[in-house]
Amino acid sequence: MSSKPIETISDSVFKVFFEEVYSITIFTLRFFKEAILPPYEFNEVLKQSFLIGYKSLPLVAITGFIIGLVLTIQSRPTLAKFGAESWLPAMVAVSIIREIGPVITALIFAGKVGSGIGAELASMNVTEQIDAMQVSDTNPFKYLVVTRVVAATLMLPILVIIADSVGLLGSFMGVNIKGDVSFYLYFSMVFQSMQFEDLFPALIKTIFFGFAIGLIGSYKGYNSNKGTEGVGKAANSAVVFASLMVFVIDMIAVQVTSLLQN
Amino acid sequence: MIAVGKMTNKKPLIEIENNSKQETVVVEMKHLKKSFGNNHVLRDINLIVNKGENLVILGQSGTGKSVLIKCIVGLIQIDEGKLLIFGKVISELRNKELIQIYRRIGFLFQSGALYDSMSVRENLEFPLRRQLSSTPKEKIDFLIEEALHNVGLSKSIDKTPSELSGGMRKRLGLARTLILKPEIMLYDEPTTGLDPITSKEISNLILDVQKKYNTSSIIITHDIECAKLTSNRIIVIKDGICAAEGSYENLEKSTDPWIRSFFQ
Ligand SMILES: Nc1ncnc2c1ncn2[C@@H]1O[C@H](COP(=O)(O)OP(=O)(O)O)[C@@H](O)[C@H]1O
Ligand SMILES: [Mg+2]
Repeated sequence: MSSKPIETISDSVFKVFFEEVYSITIFTLRFFKEAILPPYEFNEVLKQSFLIGYKSLPLVAITGFIIGLVLTIQSRPTLAKFGAESWLPAMVAVSIIREIGPVITALIFAGKVGSGIGAELASMNVTEQIDAMQVSDTNPFKYLVVTRVVAATLMLPILVIIADSVGLLGSFMGVNIKGDVSFYLYFSMVFQSMQFEDLFPALIKTIFFGFAIGLIGSYKGYNSNKGTEGVGKAANSAVVFASLMVFVIDMIAVQVTSLLQN
Repeated sequence: MIAVGKMTNKKPLIEIENNSKQETVVVEMKHLKKSFGNNHVLRDINLIVNKGENLVILGQSGTGKSVLIKCIVGLIQIDEGKLLIFGKVISELRNKELIQIYRRIGFLFQSGALYDSMSVRENLEFPLRRQLSSTPKEKIDFLIEEALHNVGLSKSIDKTPSELSGGMRKRLGLARTLILKPEIMLYDEPTTGLDPITSKEISNLILDVQKKYNTSSIIITHDIECAKLTSNRIIVIKDGICAAEGSYENLEKSTDPWIRSFFQ
């Protein structure tokens, strides 16, 4: 067996990988430079935040509710086996707030907003709208990229809080399918079990999720090929890459949190 | 030596030898070169555009015509050579001066480049707000209505670009560019993809613009009818250089089979 072809393949894969890492790094640095230097596009940030938040709200809320409900129903038998049914609200609440709420919401956000930004910017690129902005005295990077990344970073934490709340509501209903726990009792059980260390790191990591999703969507769209196939490709690779990044950031966040708590 | 003709209705073109520098040159390219990697798109471009003149550039697809005019507005940076606009060497200017120069140039993109997330009104408002940010609302509204009226789109002010036909989109793109009263207009294939009647309308609009505002223009086209109607002078680009130059009538009479192929 000759090892040559394999080497060549892995060489080129590595090359592509590092080129991509390099250009994303440049893109990220440019983001910070353009975000910090004036002029600022406040109105556009508001508009994008509204669009991004509003577009994903229904999906995020419905998913949050279902997950809270299902998680509760499915956890009950296991807990019942150990006679620990009274732990149900606390356990479900902690899993939703620490992990499931942020990650699922971020994945939905990557699918909806990340791909949306990728497709939108790619089609603006193909149809020369980005060029047209530039000749209209507008810095397209500031106007299109910075605004969307900032909006995504601001909106995802808010959406996660909403998803968590609706998820707890779903869990409350799940508890009450086979039991009788009042609203007040349920939420006092939830909040008793909840600690600052559960809530705060979870919210911080959603800021990074939002930033990564906005940035990757913008990167893929802004640097897309100038052909119609570039639009689909940008949208698709934005979702794949952004979802992957959500898990990578989540893993890092877990490590950092546990380091800090010890 | 450059042959310049003045368009008159169907009368034969009068040739003027322009040695006397009577006309002001607004754009000048000297030995301009541009490559993308190994793709040497512009090899040695030398051309001038005189004030008030419509210069048509002909050339096959992919010969770098769009690249050429994108260099003029700074969307693409040139590799070598000199580019002068309004007598100033672009590479020697600072950012502020460049912005002032670019503001005097209008660009009609091949695809129209309309902002699909905005209405017709907002499309026109965008360049105005960006360049004349302190203009009062009444003035902006007035300019928008005037611009739409000029291209016959007054009724479509609240539509979105996706609701417009191809010809209307081109006209809206034109209105958006003209709203800032540019002194130089760059048209990238203004009639491509339109039916003959609409093409003729657009060609006539280009002529109107020239007459009304005394703009100097570069018009890139494949459409020989458009070239015939709008051109004062034609340059044919081949393999990255200016291969032929002259009035429409001159080039039409050419015996070179390659040049003739454009006129079939
Ligand atoms: N931004 C760019 N990056 C790389 N190559 C480009 C770019 N713009 C144009 N080209 C290449 O330059 C050549 C000329 O393109 P273009 O000017 O669009 O041709 P046309 O004469 O049809 O307008 C093509 O081969 C195209 O692939
Ligand atoms: Mg072109």
